[in-house]
Amino acid sequence: MSNVENGMSKAYKNAVTALLFQLADDELLYAFRASEWLGLAPHIEEDVASSSIAQDSMGHAVMYYKLLEDLGVGSEDDLAHLRPANERKNSILTERVNGEGYYMETPQYDWAYHVVRSYFYTQAKKAKVDSLCQSSYEPLVEAAMKIRMELYYHRLHWETWFKQLLSSTDVAKEKMQQAIELVMEDFGDMFSFGKDKQAIEENNLLCQEEALKASWKASIAPVFAKLQIEVPEIPETPHLNGRNGEHTKDLESALATLSEVYRIDPAAGW
Amino acid sequence: MVMAAKEVTTERVYEVLMTVMDPEIDSVSIVDLGMVESVTVEGNDVKVVLLPTFLGCPALEFIENNTRDAVQSLPEVNKVEVEVVFSPPWTSDRITEQGHVNLRKFGIAPPPRHFEEDGSWHVDCAYCGSTYVSMENIFGPTACRSILYCKSCKNVFEAMKPVSTLM
Repeated sequence: MSNVENGMSKAYKNAVTALLFQLADDELLYAFRASEWLGLAPHIEEDVASSSIAQDSMGHAVMYYKLLEDLGVGSEDDLAHLRPANERKNSILTERVNGEGYYMETPQYDWAYHVVRSYFYTQAKKAKVDSLCQSSYEPLVEAAMKIRMELYYHRLHWETWFKQLLSSTDVAKEKMQQAIELVMEDFGDMFSFGKDKQAIEENNLLCQEEALKASWKASIAPVFAKLQIEVPEIPETPHLNGRNGEHTKDLESALATLSEVYRIDPAAGW
Repeated sequence: MVMAAKEVTTERVYEVLMTVMDPEIDSVSIVDLGMVESVTVEGNDVKVVLLPTFLGCPALEFIENNTRDAVQSLPEVNKVEVEVVFSPPWTSDRITEQGHVNLRKFGIAPPPRHFEEDGSWHVDCAYCGSTYVSMENIFGPTACRSILYCKSCKNVFEAMKPVSTLM
């Protein structure tokens, strides 16, 4: 994993770095929010399943940070824990709280929101990972091939929840519809590369933003058709673009919790 | 008179790697799990390349350390390097026949070799071999395992998830 091509141009390396931060930060924040459900999921089997998915996703974050470390950007743990919120490149959706309250006190988390966020995010990840398998950057291709196999089980899981809740009681359907609206409000930067759009696309690191959107829509369309609901529109312009370091307060509180121990003792083993 | 150090052979290294068990399934060695991609010997230095099963697997660091310690325990070995790579990706068909036997000893059904057309898969009970089982949870106590129930012998058992590049 230390076989980084030294012949890389500076511009190419910058493009790879920019993309890796977007991918890594997405996984880190998604994994963190998913892990907050530990012990709170609707039933014991779900607790096992969703914490397993959170763990896999954290593993994917680690791999992307490791690729950054291999490029000489910094140590993987420092990159994950010590960068301030305004330098983070994750999408807004991944940083959002799970609902009212705090998991150590009285959480009133919204399971419908977690299901919709997870299903839409996982399908978006699938669109990206499929495209990364053809990336011009070989280490990313290898990582994507590995991630894709694990992602298969995540997609199966969230699609099942999504279909079942939307085929359930009126209350469930209403909660799911509300969750879909909430999730889509934050979906404007999911396929954005922000300021790095040109660099990422021109270097063939990943396919174009529009192609990713089309791939996402096509992947969920059959499920929506069966449920007889419309595939929601992706907002043209994001209200905040996480890819450019724009974030909500939710990110700051997430990072404060996630990195608390590391900042106390950076020498601790992980 | 100084004795020339005994030569290291890859066979000897593989033998000792057979004693390195998965910390979460201690009946199965990392060789039988298909995690050892290669062993190279140069003089008295040894390099072992490992493939992780699942990326978030917390056991990986233990496995790396145990691998290093095991190879280092050979008196003829000088330097040991353990590297983890993602390519080729680990797939469940890398598990050996002996690995399948040892998984069953632990109460875990080995991963099926085939998928159904719709992507689903089937395993028989790890204990009694009955085919009359139900999937309780695709996810299990570790990233690589699922939880099933046998309607014949009424036992809960686990299965190694099949993982393939076709997914």
